[in-house]
Amino acid sequence: MGRTLAEKVWEQHVVRRADGEPDLLYIDLHLIHEVTSPQAFDGLRMAGRTVRRPDLTIATEDHNVPTVLGPISDPVSRTQVETLRKNAAEFGIRLHPMGDAGQGVVHIIGPQFGLTQPGMTIVCGDSHTSTHGAFGGIAFGIGTSEVEHVLATQTLPAYRPKTMAIEVTGELPVGVTAKDLILAIIAKIGTGGGQGYIVEYRGEAIRKLSMEGRMTVCNMSIEAGARAGMIAPDETTFAYLKGRPHAPSGEAWDAAVEYWKGLRTDDDAVFDKVVEIDASTLTPFVTWGTNPGQGAPLGSAVPSPEEFDDPIERSAAERALEYMGLSAGTPLGEIPVDTVFVGSCTNGRLEDLRAAADILRGRKVVTRTLIVPGSMQVKKAAEEEGLDQVFKDAGAEWREAGCSMCLGMNPDTLKPGERSASTSNRNFEGRQGKGGRTHLVSPQVAAATAVTGKLTAPADLA
Amino acid sequence: MEAFTTHTGRAVPLRRSNVDTDQIIPAVWLKQVSRTGFENGLFAAWREDPSFILNNPVYQGASILLSGPDFGTGSSREHAVWALQQYGFRVVIAARFGDIFRNNSTKMGLLPVILPSEVVERLQAAAEADPTVEITVDLAEREVRLGSEAWSFEIDDYTRWRLMEGLDDIGLTLRHADDIAVYENGRQPWLPTTV
Ligand code: SF4
Repeated sequence: MGRTLAEKVWEQHVVRRADGEPDLLYIDLHLIHEVTSPQAFDGLRMAGRTVRRPDLTIATEDHNVPTVLGPISDPVSRTQVETLRKNAAEFGIRLHPMGDAGQGVVHIIGPQFGLTQPGMTIVCGDSHTSTHGAFGGIAFGIGTSEVEHVLATQTLPAYRPKTMAIEVTGELPVGVTAKDLILAIIAKIGTGGGQGYIVEYRGEAIRKLSMEGRMTVCNMSIEAGARAGMIAPDETTFAYLKGRPHAPSGEAWDAAVEYWKGLRTDDDAVFDKVVEIDASTLTPFVTWGTNPGQGAPLGSAVPSPEEFDDPIERSAAERALEYMGLSAGTPLGEIPVDTVFVGSCTNGRLEDLRAAADILRGRKVVTRTLIVPGSMQVKKAAEEEGLDQVFKDAGAEWREAGCSMCLGMNPDTLKPGERSASTSNRNFEGRQGKGGRTHLVSPQVAAATAVTGKLTAPADLA
Repeated sequence: MEAFTTHTGRAVPLRRSNVDTDQIIPAVWLKQVSRTGFENGLFAAWREDPSFILNNPVYQGASILLSGPDFGTGSSREHAVWALQQYGFRVVIAARFGDIFRNNSTKMGLLPVILPSEVVERLQAAAEADPTVEITVDLAEREVRLGSEAWSFEIDDYTRWRLMEGLDDIGLTLRHADDIAVYENGRQPWLPTTV
């Protein structure tokens, strides 16, 4: 019987397999940031261990960094960033500190350098590591104990998750994006729907996505509970990689592409579960609640908790509406917002900024609008195209690279009761600041919302 | 890691689903570089509400958390496990867990027990009716007991063994350093390095 893509990549990385034990899996790339690593390095020191493969490890500063120029004002944040610098120096790990041309959100810089390639195993102490699966590897988030384990051994003991296919048939209509697609998928299968699975996104609509769109989709796999999300590599993938600093070149490139072409699910392979979704029926999608599964088409209304048969979902909806300050039946398009955030590892890449700029060009924002590039390179590229000027002319703030308002660890936060339209990935209670209310949206909807001050689809702009 | 064999204690019924790790410990608490001091961050935002269950004095000292489904979803922060442990929890019982949270728990010796929703609700109702009631979680027997009732739960043999022995994963893996070296020599030549 044939094998799925996930099975092929997994098998290629098994160092050791024994009855009744998890597989010992080799890790090709380990990404590090300041928040989840200090205790892991401490653990190494306490046990007198070293980093086995600093040359397969790379670190960046992203979660805490301010997005306005200058030093970190919060002393606790500063200590955390300084701790990463000390650890990277002590263990010989390449670090991209604040201000460095290579600095950025951890999941943006891996692909940007060409370090993220098909068929690899990639981990990071961060749940959105699933982003890298867009290139056809297995990439997943781990906790600090596992970070320490990978630092010490370059391996992880793990049971192979089950496999799920999400077949996206048809084509996305014009104006409907990768973000709308993944929000619709999560609303369909639920925040626990992917638990225990590696998801492979397949089908016509997926093949037509750019690499950046594919990254947006894979990024939010964790929001459906999945261990990882992946997309088989193809010409789009190869074209994106070619010529990047860490991509193979010359004969090695040819050999790699030859191998990468085999990284696809065999026709006779069987998935443990298959979910289908028709892309052609989708419209811009937003969340109304406090988990990413609580979403609906922007053209619809806030649902009533009564619509949920399951008592647990019903009480979750009641609680969410109370927290969000919304009442059932309100058209989503009439919800006023105070702040718009465009950025994060979900939608902080050049294509996302271009999409937002296309809508803001020649228009004015009426809300506080933060545009935060995902990396310094994205920032530079955007400025070369003049996008920064478009944003500034529209009255939006153009910031330095970082996680920013995605999780509000730096000074970019919502105040209690403030409401945002955000291109990030989590609308959890307090995620963007205590008492803050988050609606997850695409960059296009975010930009249109900034213009009108309420949740708006670009098509509805005058 | 602290070994876990069997534990008997009082329980807190947390009647919420989708308890993401941002709720278990909000991001502002993640700036610490130590592994200790997270107990005050546990459910920090929810605890500001005087009616939140953990603020009810009758549940002080409880060591088992009974949650609605999808506990520990979202962020990979292991701080969530540390906060629960440092507050005094040894066990979390729920119908479903976030995968990363469950992994993190078993690395630290906090036992995640999966039981069907009806059973979790039965336990929650018991802890609500009588907050002094004790529940036993027996990892050796893979069983949760309340009075004369008992429910078995599943956990794979390897994880159970590691928890019962309190074994450090890294030490176990380093026994296979030779296998790792052999694998490393056969890796595809085009794979990137960060140097
Ligand atoms: S942008 Fe947001 S989701 Fe992505 S790594 Fe940073 S905090 Fe995490």
